[in-house]
Amino acid sequence: MEFLHALLIQPFADMVMEPAFFIETLVKGLMAGVLYSLVALGFVLIFKASGVFNFAQGVMALFAALTLTGLMELLEPSGMPKALIVILAIAATIVVMILLALIIERLVLRPLVNQELIILFMATLGLSYVLEGAGDLLWGSDVKVLDIGLPTDVWDINGVFIEQLDVTAAIAAGSLVAVLAVFFTKTRIGRALRAVADDHQAALSVGISLQQIWVIVWSVAGIVALVAGIMWGSKSGVQFSLSLIALKALPVLILGGFTSIPGAIIGGLIIGVGEKIVEVFWYSVHGGAVENWFAFMLALVFLMFRPQGLFGDKIIERV
Amino acid sequence: MAEAQTLESGESAAPSGYADTRTIGGPILSVENIVVKFGGVTAINDVSFDVREGEIRAIIGPNGAGKSSMLNVLNGFYKPRSGKINFAGQSFPAMDPYFAASNGIARTFQNIALFRGMSTLDNLMTGRMLKMKRNFFWQCLYFGPAQKEELENRAHVERVIDFLEIAALRRTPVGRLPYGLQKRVELGRALAMDPKILLLDEPMAGMNVEEKEDMSRFIIDVNEEFGTTVILIEHDMGVVMDLSDRVVVLDYGSKIADGTPDEVRANQDVIDAYLGVSHD
Amino acid sequence: MLYRETGQFKRNYAADQQLFPIFQDKILLGVILTVALAVIPFVINDYWSKAILLPFMVYSFIALGLNILVGYCGQISLGTGGFMAVGAYSSYKLCTAFPEMNLVFVILLSGGCTAAVGVLFGLPSLRIKGFYLAVATLAAQFFLIWMFNKVPWFYNYEMSQITAPPREMFGFLVSGPQASPTAQYLFVLGFLIVFTWIALNLVRGRIGRSWMSIRDMDIAAELLGIKPLKTKLSAFAVSSFYIGIGGALIFHIWLGTVEATEAFDILQSFFVLFAIIIGGLGSVLGAYLGAAFMALMPVGLKVVLVDGAGMAVDTAKHIEIMLVGSLIIFFLIKEPHGLARMWQITKEKLRLWPFPY
Repeated sequence: MEFLHALLIQPFADMVMEPAFFIETLVKGLMAGVLYSLVALGFVLIFKASGVFNFAQGVMALFAALTLTGLMELLEPSGMPKALIVILAIAATIVVMILLALIIERLVLRPLVNQELIILFMATLGLSYVLEGAGDLLWGSDVKVLDIGLPTDVWDINGVFIEQLDVTAAIAAGSLVAVLAVFFTKTRIGRALRAVADDHQAALSVGISLQQIWVIVWSVAGIVALVAGIMWGSKSGVQFSLSLIALKALPVLILGGFTSIPGAIIGGLIIGVGEKIVEVFWYSVHGGAVENWFAFMLALVFLMFRPQGLFGDKIIERV
Repeated sequence: MAEAQTLESGESAAPSGYADTRTIGGPILSVENIVVKFGGVTAINDVSFDVREGEIRAIIGPNGAGKSSMLNVLNGFYKPRSGKINFAGQSFPAMDPYFAASNGIARTFQNIALFRGMSTLDNLMTGRMLKMKRNFFWQCLYFGPAQKEELENRAHVERVIDFLEIAALRRTPVGRLPYGLQKRVELGRALAMDPKILLLDEPMAGMNVEEKEDMSRFIIDVNEEFGTTVILIEHDMGVVMDLSDRVVVLDYGSKIADGTPDEVRANQDVIDAYLGVSHD
Repeated sequence: MLYRETGQFKRNYAADQQLFPIFQDKILLGVILTVALAVIPFVINDYWSKAILLPFMVYSFIALGLNILVGYCGQISLGTGGFMAVGAYSSYKLCTAFPEMNLVFVILLSGGCTAAVGVLFGLPSLRIKGFYLAVATLAAQFFLIWMFNKVPWFYNYEMSQITAPPREMFGFLVSGPQASPTAQYLFVLGFLIVFTWIALNLVRGRIGRSWMSIRDMDIAAELLGIKPLKTKLSAFAVSSFYIGIGGALIFHIWLGTVEATEAFDILQSFFVLFAIIIGGLGSVLGAYLGAAFMALMPVGLKVVLVDGAGMAVDTAKHIEIMLVGSLIIFFLIKEPHGLARMWQITKEKLRLWPFPY
């Protein structure tokens, strides 16, 4: 009886009794969700254009953040103004991510073209190890503080505390999605990307270079990873656990559907909010750390009933 | 029509020819008013026909006429919207794949569906799956009953291997075989099931003349020697007309003709369907 | 020259279907077994046992289990760590609840518990495949580890770190800190030999073929009368059984004390998956080769890089991680069937050597 009370009544009572706290939790969840969405976005881009399920997306975010902090440390002694250092370091990191895309296409994707997708998936698992090792080897594995001068104050709106960093993250994610939407619908490359996503063979037959498209997509995914890495790194430091947290982008994708950009955003928000609220308001039932698995269990339940996700294309089997 | 002539002069007579020693029985399988829809598209519209025991029954029609869908209904991969299937003395709204397999319906596929990672021998042995009953415990132990069962079924599979003349390929992974041989192995896997009814989905698609002759010979032999009922989808009209006893013609999901090859050939609707749609 | 099968004719199907049809292979196996049973027990010491042989053997066991699921049945799983934890914790509960029970039964029963949990998490495999399933198995990984860490019943309301109580076999201590390396080694070796033999029997018979047919073309398999759900769940059950026993052996014999979040985290899942990719998907020998590689490479690298070249331990670790990742990619590109296939190709070449035509 006590258990049922803690499970079914108390949490909702808490929500109503302390609306400010509830809203604060909600906002925190939304912001975590934005970060999941950012990682998931990178997945979707690559999945749409190449059918590759890039397990290394989270490690790419870690790698980008590590590179950025490393470069900023290198530039520090030069005495340049902080803003200039940040801009230079970001530009250099973008170049690194594009180079990385080139290397990945040349050394991993091209030799594996026409292989089964599950083989490519396992290759990206290997890739995540390579990137993790390389990042640590180049820049060291201790926890780093990433400060690119984003606002870190806290707003107090009628007792609801909102971190400015979170708001910045949301704005950054929003503008990124807007830019990508324009890029996909209005530019020539965007059209080619959609053509490749629809049908590789057909795209090849009208003269679209798959290799070029893959480099572009992986570069864009690398830049998305950089944005995610910056936001996450500014919030909680740059460290290995970032790549594990980024695994939560996977259940986000299952919820949103692997091919849908709005799906990635909404899926991320649902999972972010869901896990925060369950974690905080049902604490007495489970005793904490539910954030570790909540997203995955939710995805598991979803897979049983709607494998294609909220917005994905229906899966049809043929003989 | 070149292959048709070679066939007739070949060692085994075409079933429609003079030396027919088979006995054609009553209906073994029939469908009534079958309707299959995918979303808004009607793939099969109100089709009925029957198959007699021991005959070779062909289903023909232009591309997209619903032939493969019909086979998928027959062995239970598609569930029809309405209509019924009569088989093994029972009547079903839809066939259950397991029931079909365990009651002797075997099939081959239009796009080869072999187990690419396994050897030819193992592929054929999967056809014996339903005949092997030893439980998990005996399988763990292997020696004893499980081995005995394994060897009995191996002996059976070896007869199929001899029949299809693929002894040299026993240990080869099927993924490495050329197309024509893969089709033959796939037929072998279906034959290993000891089928009462054999569903063949374009067994000769993409083959050259010699390979078609071989395949035709195997189909006739299976039908004559083992009395296996054959339901055949094929685009090569020469082959269809020579091999089959009776032909169903589908067009846009509906049945437009049903009868002996000669009747069908003379049918005006069939001529229109084939000339109207650009196809051989 | 030595490796010839000329003159070795098979007169019946039974002879043709032996596990080791070629005479020279039998000799090799005999030599390996003799060394494992009659030489190593007399020379083994604590370092060799804990640092090299036990990890190699338990990971071979676990890799064997995962290979049944991934390599033979084609169902990818990232929940290995979680299933190992089920094996470890259920054996802990069993042997503390029934102190009189023989350790062999404890470990077999905990394998059974793991099989049941594996079947539960294998249920989604009916509807989903490939990386969808991989994500679903991640749920098993994270949830199970959280459960063993949070629910006090599993660690008997003491510390979340569990410790293996001392247990005897034939009068020799095999678990607990006082156990002798020889007894521990032989105990694990016994499990390994028996269950390798069972795995070989399963994969060459009806059940193995039904797994492989689901892996290669599930639709065709269904139309041959193979029931997909039953087949997939049997693979999940057998695989989890092996993985659970492996987890119990890690807990009782190799480590002695474990903590779920450390000993069985997701990196373990990757570790075992990498072992079977490098060793060879769908090969029993591959599980051994892959486990040997993954378990021994860090030891080797440490000797070469840290002790030899004087590198920092951290740097060596990073190089190891990079190396593993690159090797995964290398094997997937060059030889998707791994070391086991390389060994087979070497044998083929040996048969013809020195006249390859």
